[in-house]
Amino acid sequence: MALTTQAAGPVGLPAGSAPQPTRRRRLGLPPMTAKLATGLIISGAIVLFGLLGPFVVQDPARVDDIGLTGPSGAHLMGTTQTGQDVLAQLAYATRGSLTIGAIVGVLTLLLSGFFGVVGAYAGGWVDEFFSLCTNIMLVIPGLPLVIVISSYVPDKSLWLVALVLSLTGWAGSARVLRGYTLSLRNRDYVLASRVAGEKRWRILAVEILPNLIPLLASQVVFAVIFAILGEAGLAYLGLGASGSISWGTMLYYAQNGLALRLGAWWWFVPPGLLLALFGAALSLINFSIDEIINPKLRNQTRSARRGWVMSRKQLETAKEATL
Amino acid sequence: MRHLLRKVGFYVIALWAALTVNFVIPRLMPGDPVSLLIAKLGQRGPVTPETRSSIEALLGTDTDRPLLVQYVDYLRNLANGDLGLSVSYFPAPVTSIIGQTLPWTIGLIGLATVISFLLGIGLGTVAGWKRGSWLDNLIPVTTMFQSVPYFWLALILLFAFGSVWPVFPLNGGYDIYDTVPGWNAEFIGSVLYHGTLPALTIIISSVGGWMLGMRNMMVSTLSEDYLLTAEAKGLRPGRIMRTYAARNAILPSISGFAISLGFVVAGSIVTETVFSYPGIGSALLQAVGSNDYALMQGIFLVITLSVLGANLLVDLLYSVIDPRTRART
Repeated sequence: MALTTQAAGPVGLPAGSAPQPTRRRRLGLPPMTAKLATGLIISGAIVLFGLLGPFVVQDPARVDDIGLTGPSGAHLMGTTQTGQDVLAQLAYATRGSLTIGAIVGVLTLLLSGFFGVVGAYAGGWVDEFFSLCTNIMLVIPGLPLVIVISSYVPDKSLWLVALVLSLTGWAGSARVLRGYTLSLRNRDYVLASRVAGEKRWRILAVEILPNLIPLLASQVVFAVIFAILGEAGLAYLGLGASGSISWGTMLYYAQNGLALRLGAWWWFVPPGLLLALFGAALSLINFSIDEIINPKLRNQTRSARRGWVMSRKQLETAKEATL
Repeated sequence: MRHLLRKVGFYVIALWAALTVNFVIPRLMPGDPVSLLIAKLGQRGPVTPETRSSIEALLGTDTDRPLLVQYVDYLRNLANGDLGLSVSYFPAPVTSIIGQTLPWTIGLIGLATVISFLLGIGLGTVAGWKRGSWLDNLIPVTTMFQSVPYFWLALILLFAFGSVWPVFPLNGGYDIYDTVPGWNAEFIGSVLYHGTLPALTIIISSVGGWMLGMRNMMVSTLSEDYLLTAEAKGLRPGRIMRTYAARNAILPSISGFAISLGFVVAGSIVTETVFSYPGIGSALLQAVGSNDYALMQGIFLVITLSVLGANLLVDLLYSVIDPRTRART
């Protein structure tokens, strides 16, 4: 994590590399690499499945007397112990998990932004207090706290689970954001705008926030991964939101329905696989964002170094220039 | 010295915050855990007034005593090591259950985490040193393993090595039929045999993160000027890698290790559920399942305390290995 807190130094592009299209650079969009493309395609497909899937599949709760059956024409991904269609459940579960992820992502962004960015920018005792809160939340273990809180509430709504997950998950991001904001607020251009008499909130919103966007984006992606995995863990332990269906609850029912002992792979493999794929896709996106924040990570692979070799023509012109 | 005091001061505040959270949660939540718990205890045997008052101090009551008095009572009980009686293991006190289960968790999860950390750091160092090599290209694969939900990976491995090819036992911490707990060879062997698969799943799912972090720090450190100098002086590559680059690159990983200790204990809950391991995580879930609030609060407290303690230890160690943090204060 700490690598992202480093100040982004000047980008020393090697002499031989082709000039980047300036428009993309200015927008701060990551260059479209294979990693980023893969991540976007996989996560996009899963999001689409979660959005549109529930409209085309069967009723996920309908019980049938065919029992546990493997994939067939009528049920493309087989059925559960009580004859419910796995594909239908998977579509609704995807929607449930993504909803949790989105809510927690937004809440974490707000909380960590408030405690990290505002605290670091304000400085003084506000910063001391905010970073104390952050550090305390960091050392109090999250999952046990979530379990303890959720065990007191018998009927949990989706929102409560999301709220508890974001309350226990914001601290890490806040610390990273604080580190980076501290380095930003002492940059010359920020000092210059302060001298120019800009208002404090305007400096924060117009001068500092845009530079934090890549970092915020990567923290949100982390928060979404954390939330979806955390919810899955809670649901797997039987402590998920009541009445909702997510990848975790599917795995919980599969475990309770002895899917493992019965070898019903079509029941417990798909939800886990989707979880893994989505997590991996988001991590791939995060790698690409990391390369913006920390330029030292890019352009340094062996294949990239091979690209540094000057062509014969370039060599000639270089020689002529020095002579 | 001031640095040390600051650190200790922070942990004292964090400890106080944890104790207070533990005090506030049962009182904020809807429902009346005290009467529920006492009703449950009553089914098992007579409830003495002392037990009642200690439970009330722990979980809050609907009597009209002011919160402050309750808080002082709660702290006094904690100071005496009185965490109340457990319902699910009646009539054992909560402390003795924690004492029985904690060594299992520390043994399994702690050891697995340390192994994973060392392995990840080692591999990450080499991957960062030889950038673009096959080991470096392996990192996305290990990250993939990391995004696989831990319990699912554990379930699949359990399915593969417990049911399909029965190499490892399906559950438990030791062979309860053929061995006697104690310092004898059979028991220790059995514990190791039962612990291998859970430990393996922890290592597989967490090694990728350490590797990635270490690799990225190595890459950043390698572009520093003093490494160029070291190379120019003609030092052996192995020496540059270990003493010059890795020694500095490892620092964020060590502070990350402290934070991850929290997730270690948290992860133990899931691990122990999947493998039915007799640790503190299983006890917590059991407590949740049977509304055993006293045991639940006690375990939460112990988990928090151990995480705080471990963090303090790492923090102190950190100022030994990185003298700059001492100088900065």
